[in-house]
Amino acid sequence: MFGLGKRGRRSSGGKSWLGAGAFAAMFALALAFAGPARAQDTRLPVGVSFSILSDIVKVVGGDRIDVTTLVGPDQDTHVYEPTPADVAKLSGTKLFFVNGLGFEGWLPRLMKSSHYAGTLVTVTKGLKPRTMVDDGKTVTDPHMFQDPERVKAMVDNIAAALSQADPAGSTYYAERAKNYQGALDDLITWANKQLAPIAPARRVVLTSHDAFGYLGQRFGIKFLAPEGVSTESEASAKDVANLIRVIRRTGIKAVFMENISNPRLVERIAKDAKVTVDGKLYSDALSQNPEATTYLQLFQHNIRAIAAAMKDNR
Amino acid sequence: MSMVWDLIVGPFSEFDFMRHALVGSLALSIGCTPVGVFLLLRRMSLMGDSLSHAVLPGAAIGYLIGGLSLPWMAGGGMVAGLLVALLAGLSSRRTRLDEGASFAGFYLLALAGGVVIVSKWGNSVDLMHLLFGSVLAVDDPSLILVAAIATVTLLWFGWHYRGLVLDSADPTFLGHGHGKSVMRYHLGFTVLTVMNLVAGFQAMGTLMAVGLMMLPAATARLVARTLPGMLLVAWLVASASSVIGLLISYYLACPSGPAIVLTAGIAYLGALLATPGQANTAKTPAL
Repeated sequence: MFGLGKRGRRSSGGKSWLGAGAFAAMFALALAFAGPARAQDTRLPVGVSFSILSDIVKVVGGDRIDVTTLVGPDQDTHVYEPTPADVAKLSGTKLFFVNGLGFEGWLPRLMKSSHYAGTLVTVTKGLKPRTMVDDGKTVTDPHMFQDPERVKAMVDNIAAALSQADPAGSTYYAERAKNYQGALDDLITWANKQLAPIAPARRVVLTSHDAFGYLGQRFGIKFLAPEGVSTESEASAKDVANLIRVIRRTGIKAVFMENISNPRLVERIAKDAKVTVDGKLYSDALSQNPEATTYLQLFQHNIRAIAAAMKDNR
Repeated sequence: MSMVWDLIVGPFSEFDFMRHALVGSLALSIGCTPVGVFLLLRRMSLMGDSLSHAVLPGAAIGYLIGGLSLPWMAGGGMVAGLLVALLAGLSSRRTRLDEGASFAGFYLLALAGGVVIVSKWGNSVDLMHLLFGSVLAVDDPSLILVAAIATVTLLWFGWHYRGLVLDSADPTFLGHGHGKSVMRYHLGFTVLTVMNLVAGFQAMGTLMAVGLMMLPAATARLVARTLPGMLLVAWLVASASSVIGLLISYYLACPSGPAIVLTAGIAYLGALLATPGQANTAKTPAL
């Protein structure tokens, strides 16, 4: 059991949940035969894997859909474990929106144990993902939602899936999707304005895990992180030492924690490199904190915080 | 020669986090190895493993009340660990179940309770990250906690060594007419075990605490003939594994906790291969 430490605990927990999940699936099936519970509610029931995507789907779907979210605010989707209650919640939905690209590592297991009858919609489908080298291996970066330009394309995918499931609402969805894409365009213009005064050489930020690659690509910011693209990986002394050397050499002052991952390591690195932690970035989840309850707010907070901190870089 | 020296000392002199990791693991080695040796002699080698699960509900409740603060989480974990250890001890004395079975029963109860608490009231995954520390992120409060507990452990062992040895070798010996003193050794030892493990979990992670406690003890049992020899060998193996493991993690980019425990594991495997054919010799060492 301890061969893998923290991760071992998690995966063995996963196995037991799997059994419980299968049981819950049977239970849910029995409930489904007992009769439709939401007879008078005409809204389209959809499931969404995590909070940020849930916000985007809600904006596009408006009053015509009823959204169930699995991984809520401030929770880490990478290492999440579906509960039997989740399987039951999901069983009533017609569509299930997921990020894909391996972001929801538990998804194949959940799909298998829940015998999901609706349509699985991968919102990043057809979009070109960013690849990166993590520990010598080339991996796909799943955090596409950190780039508003790509989110615009994801919105198209969402609207198309909703229209297909609910053709009567297709003009409604298209309209809302267009409005939201307009808001995203404004957001990009605003972000560029915020970052304009900062010289390209000073655009460097340290966070705890590699979640901001797309954001960095879009706005020419370099993000450094001790943990890889998934919070499940564990840092080695070599990685940490290299990061500290980079900070010392380049004089980075922009150092952040994230709302979903362990702050201890970033604090340790900041102390070693004699810089202070500038606060929190919202990476893979919305927050209960009022500054990041929607995707637009989350993005604004991150850009504002990053821009302010990067001004101090040498 | 000086180049080799630079390779060994360089990382520690350059980086504060390496020094913290080193001091933390060395302090853990001092406190944990004697506990591990006596756990092994008392045939309770799996107690550390069980306790790493048993502390979960306490640490979770501590976190929910006091937030991300070491005293609350460590305090909660210690209360839960002690409760499980004492209840298991009590049930093994009062019922037909032996110590192992009692421990299994109570730690499972605690673990299940902990998982329910975490997923019901905490934002689940966040908490699992926070409850257990990591070798590379040892901060000053954790370091002080581990060092303080190592100090208390050494003092207690110095004070009660003789009685504990007798009690471990022959639990019935002191029992004749000295029921109270038996409970004192047993209770004191249980408290120490829980303290060492909880400090280890919070500061360095579960794998490190249990690994540094049991692997060096088992290695020492294979190699040394006497109890003082065992204590010495166990401490040496644990300390050497800490240094070598950290250097491996630094030069070969492995996660640090696993690197340290694997190094201790290699010592254990080496001892196994070097000392075959002892199965028929005495299971308890000369005192």
